[in-house]
Amino acid sequence: MSAVLPLPSTAQRDPAWQGRVFWLVAAVVLLWPLLVITEFKPWLLWHPDSRKVMGNFLSDFFPPAHDAEFLLLIAKETWRTVAMATAGIALALVLAIPLTLLGTSALSVSQLSGKMAWMPSVLRQTIRWLLIVLRSVPELVWALVFVRVVGLGPTAGVLAIALTYAGMLGKVYTEILESGEAHATQSLMRNGSGRLQAFSYGLLPQNAAELTSYTVYRWECAIRSSAVLGFVGAGGLGQQLDNSMKMFKGSEVATLLLVFMLLVWLADKTSTWLRKQLG
Amino acid sequence: MTAPSKPTAKVSANEAYGLPPKLFDARCKACWFVFGLILLTIASFWTLNLQWAQLFSYESVKLMGKFIGELMSPDFSSKFVAKLWIASLETLAMSLLGTIIAVVLGLLIALPASKTHEGDMAYFKGPARLLLNALRSIPELVWAALLLIAAGLGPFAGTLALGLHTAGVLGRLFAESIENAPPGAAFSLRTRGVGEGRIFWYATLPQIIPQLMSYTLYRWENNIRAAAVLGVVGGGGLGQMLAFHMGLFQMSKTSTILLAMLALVALVDALSYASRKWLVR
Repeated sequence: MSAVLPLPSTAQRDPAWQGRVFWLVAAVVLLWPLLVITEFKPWLLWHPDSRKVMGNFLSDFFPPAHDAEFLLLIAKETWRTVAMATAGIALALVLAIPLTLLGTSALSVSQLSGKMAWMPSVLRQTIRWLLIVLRSVPELVWALVFVRVVGLGPTAGVLAIALTYAGMLGKVYTEILESGEAHATQSLMRNGSGRLQAFSYGLLPQNAAELTSYTVYRWECAIRSSAVLGFVGAGGLGQQLDNSMKMFKGSEVATLLLVFMLLVWLADKTSTWLRKQLG
Repeated sequence: MTAPSKPTAKVSANEAYGLPPKLFDARCKACWFVFGLILLTIASFWTLNLQWAQLFSYESVKLMGKFIGELMSPDFSSKFVAKLWIASLETLAMSLLGTIIAVVLGLLIALPASKTHEGDMAYFKGPARLLLNALRSIPELVWAALLLIAAGLGPFAGTLALGLHTAGVLGRLFAESIENAPPGAAFSLRTRGVGEGRIFWYATLPQIIPQLMSYTLYRWENNIRAAAVLGVVGGGGLGQMLAFHMGLFQMSKTSTILLAMLALVALVDALSYASRKWLVR
């Protein structure tokens, strides 16, 4: 066969090879400054000094710390982490629900007859901006601020979660309420019901499942972030992990990492299960 | 007219609508859900003993007022802004390189983690998925703190941390894309005896690359947010500056750093949005 059909040259076999080579070279040229800026020196990991420290640290990982006292401490910190997330979400709801009610254009009476009046429009725009500001500052930064104000401990973590998640929840709640079918709510308001009545009998029953499901998902995210907030002194598993790491106690770090993974996994499963039940 | 089936049950005046359900019913799942939720919330507030008194005390309110007042007047002196430029560039580079590392590493683990066709034994599917889950369930910040021991303070540790966590996230998504790719092209190559490597390059990858790109861009948006705060534990970039100046209570400088973070996040969001539009054009 090959005698009849000569083997095609590279260019024929891969008609796009010029483009591929060009982009490969371009990628390397673009990558170079990134490597310089981030001080990317992987061989440092293999430096004898760091290898010795890392080796000692890692060899201490097994067996993980499992004395009763430490496990009790961890159980307490794990509960604290969950409690911080729950309390934070509860406070976030206290802030987010009124802001959503004020901010959603689905409950605008003046919009029923054409364009929204300017005063409510300005109010809704202001609330939208407030929500954007709340959620675009990372919770870690809020936590740093509150640690300065109320001191070390879970209070700072709860407040940080409350503010960031109020912004996230408020924004998404507004979007959910505005994206649904507006007919029932509008006819309630057209027939003279108040905004709150129209919300509780028209908008809420329609969107309750979606709103709850999103809240559960955010609670799961809050557990993950409350575990991390401890690194800036807000209590919980993160603080314990930070302490153990600073003292180079590999065995404790191993246990904490395992507990951490277990907690994230459990939160993930619980939230998936709850959302399935709701859907 | 039909008689009610159960004479003892309470009936509403207008049968078509019925009475609203009872407020609590032992068979009602939602009631138990709400009950559990209330219990959990109360227990949380109870055990945390939050320091409300301290938060609303005269001193802390005054301190907050002072913070906010200083935050309102950001420091734009040219020397500080020059430093800020470098840190912003560092954060941007960290997020980019971290994402690139994650794509390469994620794809490398996603290949054994996916079962591409019926005859594929996928021996390493279990371990590879376990590895991806482990990478994913440890947050960037914890990775950074762990890597500081080996890589030292600075952006290198932060970049690696971003890469490792994101590799777990992207690897799982990539593995699912590979498994769900339309099998036709791969099948026809396979029946002609083409090797698995070339099947991936020429049949599977070209089909899923738009999806992979969109996942990657989405994670890049996430990573710029993460990179901005990674410095707080010593991972370089804007976060390190933030932790430093906030530690010294220099709120006007903190305010400028926060503005830079927000601008950077907005920039990356816009870039990612634009490139996504360009890709699906």
